Amino acid sequence: MIREVQKEDSMLLQKRLLSDHFDALERAGDEGKKVVYTFVPGNLNELVRSFGLLPVLPEINALQSGMRKLSGNYIAEAEKHGHSEDVCTYVKCDIGMLRKGNIGPTGKRLPKPDLLLLSYTGCFTFMKWFELLREEYDCPVAMLHVPYQASGSIDAHQRDYIVQQLKSEVIPKLEQISGRAYDEERLREMLRLSAKAEDDLVWVLESAKNIPSPIDAYFGAVYYVGPIFSAFRGTPEGVEYYATLRREIEERVAARLGPVTPDGPMKNERYRLVVEGPPNWTSFREFWRMFHEEEAVVVASTYTKVGGLYDTGFRHDPDHPLETLADYCLGCYTNLGLPTRVALLERYIRDYRADGFLINSVKSCNSFSVGQLLMQRELESRTGVPGAFIESDLVDPRYFSAANIKNRIESFLQMLDQKRQSRAAS
Amino acid sequence: MTSIRVFTGIDLGSTTTKAVILDENAEVIGRGITNSRSNYDVAAAVVREEAFVRARFSMTEERMRRDPALGVVGNAFLAVLERHFRMHQHLDQLRRLRKSMLAASETPRHAAHAPALERTVIEIVDRMIDRAHTHFAEGAVRKSDFFRDVAAADFMQFAEEQSDPRGIAFETLCSVFDAAILVVENTIEGDAFNTHIRPALESVIREKREMIVYGDALGRAIDDVRSVDIIEAETVGTGYGRQRLPFPKEQIRSEILCHGLGAHTMFPNTRTVLDIGGQDTKAIQVDREGIVTSFQMNDRCAAGCGRYLGYIADEMNLGLHELGPLAQQSRNRVKINSTCTVFAGAELRDRLALGQSREDILAGLHRAIILRAMSLLARSGGIDDEFTFTGGVARNAAAVGALRDLVRENYGQRTINISADSIYTGALGAALFALRAERKKVAA
Repeated sequence: MIREVQKEDSMLLQKRLLSDHFDALERAGDEGKKVVYTFVPGNLNELVRSFGLLPVLPEINALQSGMRKLSGNYIAEAEKHGHSEDVCTYVKCDIGMLRKGNIGPTGKRLPKPDLLLLSYTGCFTFMKWFELLREEYDCPVAMLHVPYQASGSIDAHQRDYIVQQLKSEVIPKLEQISGRAYDEERLREMLRLSAKAEDDLVWVLESAKNIPSPIDAYFGAVYYVGPIFSAFRGTPEGVEYYATLRREIEERVAARLGPVTPDGPMKNERYRLVVEGPPNWTSFREFWRMFHEEEAVVVASTYTKVGGLYDTGFRHDPDHPLETLADYCLGCYTNLGLPTRVALLERYIRDYRADGFLINSVKSCNSFSVGQLLMQRELESRTGVPGAFIESDLVDPRYFSAANIKNRIESFLQMLDQKRQSRAAS
Repeated sequence: MTSIRVFTGIDLGSTTTKAVILDENAEVIGRGITNSRSNYDVAAAVVREEAFVRARFSMTEERMRRDPALGVVGNAFLAVLERHFRMHQHLDQLRRLRKSMLAASETPRHAAHAPALERTVIEIVDRMIDRAHTHFAEGAVRKSDFFRDVAAADFMQFAEEQSDPRGIAFETLCSVFDAAILVVENTIEGDAFNTHIRPALESVIREKREMIVYGDALGRAIDDVRSVDIIEAETVGTGYGRQRLPFPKEQIRSEILCHGLGAHTMFPNTRTVLDIGGQDTKAIQVDREGIVTSFQMNDRCAAGCGRYLGYIADEMNLGLHELGPLAQQSRNRVKINSTCTVFAGAELRDRLALGQSREDILAGLHRAIILRAMSLLARSGGIDDEFTFTGGVARNAAAVGALRDLVRENYGQRTINISADSIYTGALGAALFALRAERKKVAA
């Protein structure tokens, strides 16, 4: 018997973690704490925090604004200042939020950055984004260039190149801003905590191999990856969160329960899907409902790997602190070439026994969207499992056409049903 | 009294609503189509009624064939009978329109000039009734099969002639008409066949005196058909408005599946289906059983769909059916890139201002629409042999011509199937799902 209160422990914990973090950010100025703005894919959270610096993640703020129905106004504000309708809507949401007083998702004012740490992977827009923020804030930028992993594996020279940049560019700037010296022991300790949390996260994500799956590995899992993708990788709070979450999911597996959705637990699992691409945030619940109402559960997704790909074996390694950060950055999903992405999705489709896969293509996110149709075709021919393609946006509410998307999803699921019936008949 | 069991498929599209009725042998016995209007429930009821009328005409045809006394009369007679039937239906709707307009004239805002307004309305409807006889005369061509379109065109003409800026203004008449036409459109006639078929037969005999010798036998045949109890065993709904149908979820199918199955049934070798409907375009791949293997739809933008042609027709003050033939007269096709429906008017005026001919512009527009469809087809996996084109736009010869050219240019020789009834493909698929559901129930 699952105790109701236990089911929500991890959610409550996550809520507390986030709200404490935003509170700390609001007090940062008064307390003399320094703030680093940085991006999710390829973030150096352990390193940043080892200097006692507080991270702000503009993408997380943007998606949170999307979920809280604030992004529409922010985007309008950014467009008023000359940003085109076709630009990445995370960028515009962030710029708009800044222009409207920089009030973060929990309602607390965000501090100005003391450093823009431009460690990004796979997306060139990130560079332009911080270029814009540099104009707004007039603050220093530390850039970490992560080479694209085109060959499907990490070459030694790529790792060396990143380590070299960490030593010559990133660490000196962090020292300068924080007034502290680089403390490798402290970094190792944090990386140890990272690996621990990563173990539990991977266990949780892989629990979806069960039938029925105890989790939704897309809509549910975007909450699960929240702490480790943002400010809590390498922290004791992060470890506690993932241990708590794992215990809850273990209980669901033991009880053979399906995922919990915002409209209650899913009783029946009719379709198992793999999803590629980020979710739409402005209609997140509505989007999720289109799936769980049809008893479709997502068993694996690539979006939950953008801030770190751990289920292929990578863990942060305290014995090689800078090298492991390099490998982490290189391995983020957004930094992978198309063949590697296809191979990963193929593995998900097979290992998680998916009935179908779905691509949510985001027009304003070229780094994700380019090649997705090719990926669909390739995956269909390799696995024989059908794919569907829908289009929406990250945080621009104008680009979510609910009726059309629902129609598409329903059609797709009915197609899976029809195929299943014809297989059963033959 | 005899009875038959039938299976209905209803396709609630954005522009038109279609119904197909099958008998137990999966033969189509009735089809219906109406404009979807704002009220899908009414559209579904109207179209079902229409399909039942057609079904009873099919039964009449069958009944006549079996009757030794009527074997010689033939199908030409049925066409005449149906023309008269449509006229009686139309006249009945005009009488209801008059009643509604008179009711609308009695509202307080028209109090000051009510008697004059009522008199004008009656005069106009009288002229519309006279005109109706011309519309349904032998050999007459109507711009549209929908009552609203025909009635509106006549009304506007007569209202313009009879209005008087110092008395009953044209705008006043239009507002009365607008209110009344909605009432007429949204009222379901019910039992139309049984109401109008006898009067229709009588007026046929008045028109064609030579038929009088068959009068009694025809009357008996028609009465037989009137008395058949049609039992709707199963109904399946599809299309954009399907959620609005008062059916349980199992009776609702996505239009992708319905178009796939419908196209497969019409042309069993179909592997690729293109459907261009009012506000979406679908590219569907099916296997040898008609089971959908993949599909693509436009979902963020409705550019290049059927509705686009509707706007163009409005902008050019033409009927939808007139666009294709005009485009085919083009000698120097204009290249058009944007198929944005919202910008259609501006694009068109711009082209006309540049001195380009309507025919050349229309040819360019048709090609542009098909180009968008080609991109969707490519996404869905290309065009396999055989290729079936469905939806309202498949009725447009210029669109079909552009499609043939582009298919040949991009994929080489392909068999392209287009049924005269292609607009009913989705409804046919839905009806087949209804029949399958029944067979499954029986098997269980």
